[in-house]
Amino acid sequence: MNEAVRKISEDLWNGRNELEVLTFDIAGEMFALEAVIVQEILDLLPETVVPGAKAFVGCVINFRGKVIPLADIRLAFGMEATKPTIDSRIIVIAINIDGEPVLAGIRTDKVHEVTTLLRAAGEPPPSVGMRWRPDFIECLVKRGTEFIIVPNLNAIFAAEADRINSSISHGSAQR
Amino acid sequence: MSFPDPIAVFRTEAAELLEQIEAGLLDLNVNLGDKDRIDAVFRGLHTLKGSGAMFGFDALAAFTHHCETAFDRVRKGEVPATQALVTAVLEAKDHMRALVETPAGDHEATSEALLANLRAAVEGADNPSAAQALSAPARTLFKIRFSLPQNAMANGTNPLPLLDELRELGECRIVADRSAIPSLDLLSPTDLHISWNVELLTSQPRSAIEDVFIFVMDDMQLEITAVEAATSAARSPESRETPVQPVEPVATEPVTASASRVSAPVTVAPLPTDAKASKTSENVRVPAEKLDELMDRVGELVIAQSRLSQLAGGSGDLQLRAVSEDVERLSGELRDTMMVLRMVPVTQLFGRFRRLVHDLSHETGKMIELVTEGESTEVDKSVIERLADPLVHLVRNSCDHGLETPDERLAAGKPQAGRIMLSARQQAGEVIITIKDDGRGINRERVRAKAEASGLIPPNANLTDQELYQLIFQPGFSTAQQVTNLSGRGVGMDVVKRTIDALRGTINVASHAGQGSEISLAIPLTLAIIDGLLVRVGAGRYVIPLSAVEECLELSIEEDMRSRGRSFISLRDSLVPFLRLRDLFRTGTKPDPFQKVVVISTGSERVGLVVDQIIGDHQTVIKAMSKLHHDVATFSGATILGDGDVALILDVGHLVTEGQQQEAHLRAAG
Repeated sequence: MNEAVRKISEDLWNGRNELEVLTFDIAGEMFALEAVIVQEILDLLPETVVPGAKAFVGCVINFRGKVIPLADIRLAFGMEATKPTIDSRIIVIAINIDGEPVLAGIRTDKVHEVTTLLRAAGEPPPSVGMRWRPDFIECLVKRGTEFIIVPNLNAIFAAEADRINSSISHGSAQR
Repeated sequence: MSFPDPIAVFRTEAAELLEQIEAGLLDLNVNLGDKDRIDAVFRGLHTLKGSGAMFGFDALAAFTHHCETAFDRVRKGEVPATQALVTAVLEAKDHMRALVETPAGDHEATSEALLANLRAAVEGADNPSAAQALSAPARTLFKIRFSLPQNAMANGTNPLPLLDELRELGECRIVADRSAIPSLDLLSPTDLHISWNVELLTSQPRSAIEDVFIFVMDDMQLEITAVEAATSAARSPESRETPVQPVEPVATEPVTASASRVSAPVTVAPLPTDAKASKTSENVRVPAEKLDELMDRVGELVIAQSRLSQLAGGSGDLQLRAVSEDVERLSGELRDTMMVLRMVPVTQLFGRFRRLVHDLSHETGKMIELVTEGESTEVDKSVIERLADPLVHLVRNSCDHGLETPDERLAAGKPQAGRIMLSARQQAGEVIITIKDDGRGINRERVRAKAEASGLIPPNANLTDQELYQLIFQPGFSTAQQVTNLSGRGVGMDVVKRTIDALRGTINVASHAGQGSEISLAIPLTLAIIDGLLVRVGAGRYVIPLSAVEECLELSIEEDMRSRGRSFISLRDSLVPFLRLRDLFRTGTKPDPFQKVVVISTGSERVGLVVDQIIGDHQTVIKAMSKLHHDVATFSGATILGDGDVALILDVGHLVTEGQQQEAHLRAAG
């Protein structure tokens, strides 16, 4: 497992010692996403609930005339729901799912800044003593007294997609 | 701004020209004497030759030239149009397509064979008297004076091929008029200062000369003067010695003419080209993704506009309100216009099948009549492109396996000519494309035997007709007793099925022994614009495709109470099952006091949907749901409402199935 995680981190850093990231808060934890995948930061938008969809992507929003799903990372990390505040923002990212580019929004409590993370400060997620699924985390980066979580979005979305796929095949088997 | 690759532009243009030529030829085949068609084909060939040469497709130009020549003779009535000729040119046309697509390929042999074919067709049609007339054609001396605009060469026109073309028309003497060349310090090397004086002795009419200049006619100055008809003897080299009327202004070489009377100079008005040019300028080719982009921008504009309306409505400024209303109207119109841009009528698709059926008719020796219906039905362009291959296969299949030979048909008491009908119509948010033939129908027993032999079904399996017919779409299934030229071209019925599945469509097969079979493809209008009924369920708004809506009625409180146990309403003596969307969507809200039932149907099956409120008509652009939502079967897509909110579009087929299942379930329980 640790091997695999290390491997993923290698991919993220891709031989670089620094990484440009966007930092933001979700449920009191600071997260960071690689800046290049971030398309746009939006104020909260009217959300349309998709009945029957997974809670992780339970809503869609209108992003510049495109209908994109709004993902709630808190659910992947089993965090408490927080009320929207004046600081709440949606980060629109572009990721690859099964080789196809997909736009998705991520609901955040507060967006901080674009900053540079140093590889030397990063470490792989500990395999014990953590309530989150280790494969959902690329690495933890120390900054001051705090840790910044760099989530592994591909793993998170792929896990959701897998669950969707399995539920589809399950559903059709029933029919 | 980037310029499109000229070669690519030429290819698209050539493809269109070839299509026009083909359509013209097929029309001509029906009515061989149609002068307009002959002209149309000739013009198409001529344009193809011209632009082919312009873009360096020399093989194409040379090859097309021969076809053009043949048609030119038909046009002048020297040779009658015959079936053989049309067929020869149709084949030649296919070769032209190959020349356009792979100009570098080795086409020599094919070209030669096709040209021989063409010559035979022309000669065969040539009756002796016409040949006689040709052997001693009346030749006329034309004096031609032309000058091209100064910027012609900068714009890519090369005058030398024009001169070559003139030389091809007959005996030709060309003199360059260099008088307009300025002194060296004023000379710009890209400008054209030379004009030409040409004497041409030819049997061709004036129009042939005009045709040479067809592409440059708009800007140039052209004077064609017909000098009295001359015999070739009168224009022997010796007679050149006597200069009669030097063509003004200054000719650097002696200009000769042997004629006495000169008719009044005629300035050539651009005749048919003008009409054609104005017609083409009405169409603009735009890549589809640009339209998508534009559509998104318009969507954003509409949202911004609705915010503006809200602001204006809240302020007392009358001027602001007036402007806001204008913007509202304009953006609404813009959206409406935008929505229809991507849609193309299926005419384009159906057009291709005339040729196919024409060829098939030749190959199989069957008489086939193709009837098309509903060509104005509009489908998204990308859908049309993807439908072409499966349709080709289905039509081939009908011609090959479905229709009988003329003798068999007569024996069965049917008209000798088989009939294939292609029709398109819209139904319940879907386009239904039907291929129907009046042939022998699908042989159930043979399908069953074959399926059993190949292990697709167990022996004596109990299958409905529909299930049995669906077997023909299994990979490797073919009931053709012998493999013909038509089948086995790599596209099987299983590929048809795969393509239709990929479009999220369905295939329906109906067949009556001895009367023919009918295959319908139901394709959802993926990126189509649909008229929808906007409804509210709880706090959410949803769109029901209007074409699926049968009627709306109120669910009375009594009926509501009564139907707690069984979800049925009686509608004009028939029971219609209904689904409470509020329960289905788990809105957790209290029902409105006056709920409505929207009765939807697909074909013969009906289902009622209980909603809280019917908001009204809404024209919708369907946006596909994200990949992350592919598990949600209840919705076929989403749309953006005027105020920028997203509304989900209900998948009618899925809901009806669900309703019917519920009904069956209740029946079984009750």
